[in-house]
Amino acid sequence: MPSAGLLLQALASGVFLGALYGLIGLGIGLGWGLLRQINLAHFAWVFLSAYITYELKTRLGVDPLISLLVLVPLFAALGMALQAVFARFAITPFNSLLVTFGITVSVEALLQWIWSADFRRMSSFYDEHKFRLGSVVVTYSEALTLGMSLAAVGLVWWMLHRTDMGKSVRASAEDPAIATAFGINAKRLAIALAGLCAALAACAGVCVALTFTLAPSQIFSWVGVVFAVVMIGRLGSALTPLLGGLAIGISESMTQALIAPTWAPLVAFTVLILILLLRRGDE
Amino acid sequence: MQKRPFLKALGSSLLLTSTSTWLHAQTKPIRVGSTLSLTGPLAGTAVMHKIAGDIFIEQLNKRGGLLGRPVEWVVKDDQSKPDLARTLYEQLISGENVDLLMGPYATANSLAAMGVAQRNGKVLITNSFGIPSLAKYDMHFPAYVMGIDPGTTVPNTLLDAIAASGAKPQSVAIVTSKFPSVVFLSVGAREVFKKRGLREALWLEWEFGNRDFGPIASRLKEANADVVWIGSIGAESLQLLEAMNKIDYKPKIHFHVYPTPGPLAQSPLAANALTLTTFEQHAPFTNNPAYAEAIKLYNERAAKANLPDTVFELQAANAFAGWQFLEAGVKGAGSLEDAKIAAWLKKNRVDTIVGKVRFDGPNNYGDDLNRIKQLQGGKWVVIHPKDVALPGSKMQF
Repeated sequence: MPSAGLLLQALASGVFLGALYGLIGLGIGLGWGLLRQINLAHFAWVFLSAYITYELKTRLGVDPLISLLVLVPLFAALGMALQAVFARFAITPFNSLLVTFGITVSVEALLQWIWSADFRRMSSFYDEHKFRLGSVVVTYSEALTLGMSLAAVGLVWWMLHRTDMGKSVRASAEDPAIATAFGINAKRLAIALAGLCAALAACAGVCVALTFTLAPSQIFSWVGVVFAVVMIGRLGSALTPLLGGLAIGISESMTQALIAPTWAPLVAFTVLILILLLRRGDE
Repeated sequence: MQKRPFLKALGSSLLLTSTSTWLHAQTKPIRVGSTLSLTGPLAGTAVMHKIAGDIFIEQLNKRGGLLGRPVEWVVKDDQSKPDLARTLYEQLISGENVDLLMGPYATANSLAAMGVAQRNGKVLITNSFGIPSLAKYDMHFPAYVMGIDPGTTVPNTLLDAIAASGAKPQSVAIVTSKFPSVVFLSVGAREVFKKRGLREALWLEWEFGNRDFGPIASRLKEANADVVWIGSIGAESLQLLEAMNKIDYKPKIHFHVYPTPGPLAQSPLAANALTLTTFEQHAPFTNNPAYAEAIKLYNERAAKANLPDTVFELQAANAFAGWQFLEAGVKGAGSLEDAKIAAWLKKNRVDTIVGKVRFDGPNNYGDDLNRIKQLQGGKWVVIHPKDVALPGSKMQF
């Protein structure tokens, strides 16, 4: 039987990984639920941001947190520009999947061209320092990921529920025709929201660079698990992607600690199916 | 019109045409077709094979090519996909009409290419085929010289290296990726460790692409074995070492199956890591001056390609050795006929950058030329067996 220390450490590991799943899933869920776009390019933005963070740190010594000052506006602008193109050509939800898949493949090729296909690992102050919570060891990078995820969830929740813009976005997603009749400029709101989603991808990219070894082809290895997180949560919700991420992350880690690592994906996706079945009963 | 001058002119022009056709046939390049995983998850390693292959072809052409003809390498990108590799090899043979084949990178792609080569009766030399028992094609020649049963020979070589250092481990923890060529070695190691009296403190498998190594590290710490066998591929070793470091655990002896050597060498966490190699860029491997230029060129081009590790080692050496097989086979047979090349290779030993290689064993495998190297002071150093170890080196703990 594993010790209590091992189980607590595995639980913590699941929480931190789940927080990252939630942070990535938050941007995808918002775009899917409120803009009706299945944006696969979100994964490409996450990795592009991670590579830029790596480059800024290793070449120029820029602290990953400071790099957010550059990355957030840069990616927000990128997201807004892409949304403007989508609006201009009236891209349908299904076509958005195809177009963003193409963008993702192009970004993967770009990453490989610039940084080669070999693995890259950024070392930073946050990764090298840690603290203890009882018997549980936590690195600064893990704590930062959790903190950034909670802050993003809080900010998005506040924006959606406490600001006119958020209320307009929700109204527009629910009934675009009525929202327009009330004077809401849906096109402009969609561009702003796409910018927010891409900015969230930039934040997630910094967290990925802090914790993981990078390779361009890894973009696609995150798609399945993050889509599961988005499906567990409700589309367009601020809080539920984080809860979904924690459910998947913790179930994966506890399975690794208690049973066998090879069972982890099976258990995580069983959790997804169970939650979807239970939720169907609720509706 | 006079008959005689006309016939003279016609005869001269026919002679000229046939001579030029004959000359053209003699100088027409020999085309060698292959695929490499230039994109996709295997691209990081395949690029090393590309650089090594390019250098070999350049040097081969400088010394006269094959059978007096220059050699041209036709490389296609299989995107790390076995199904695409299969299609591309069909194209290379039937569409591009290449004269000879060179294998792709990785076991699954090699197996896909092997089927095509077999159907067309072509010699296939592979550089990284990891499961020898699956290589049933009699004209397949493996340039990763690991013997027919690396599942037994590799762990035995590791235990011999540990024994030679004076350490007497009592227990082993085996954790492994389920990547086919890796889990195959780990399963073999499990049996060898049992036979040699080591207590198995832990056996764990993870799916290839696993992201969370925290719980595996925690279980390793609890098992606290004397030797940790890490059946890793690519970045998995680094991820597991980071997870172990986080909980202040460092195994005394840790062996990694197929780690990516560059990033591992750059990480202080990987100090004293053990792994396999067939060639390392230090004496006695570099004693042969014939390879000095190739190694220098490789270092330069790897740096230019922005590879984090520019050292000429296992991957580049295996690729280079594969081309040496092809050169020796064609020159030995004096022909481009695949059956003759295969027959010559089976009967002869080839002197390569990784050592003398024979193909007279089961599935054309001969000796296992895997050596044990260790990361010492940020550099990979071969420590076992003694005849190829860096002079003065020994296993560090």
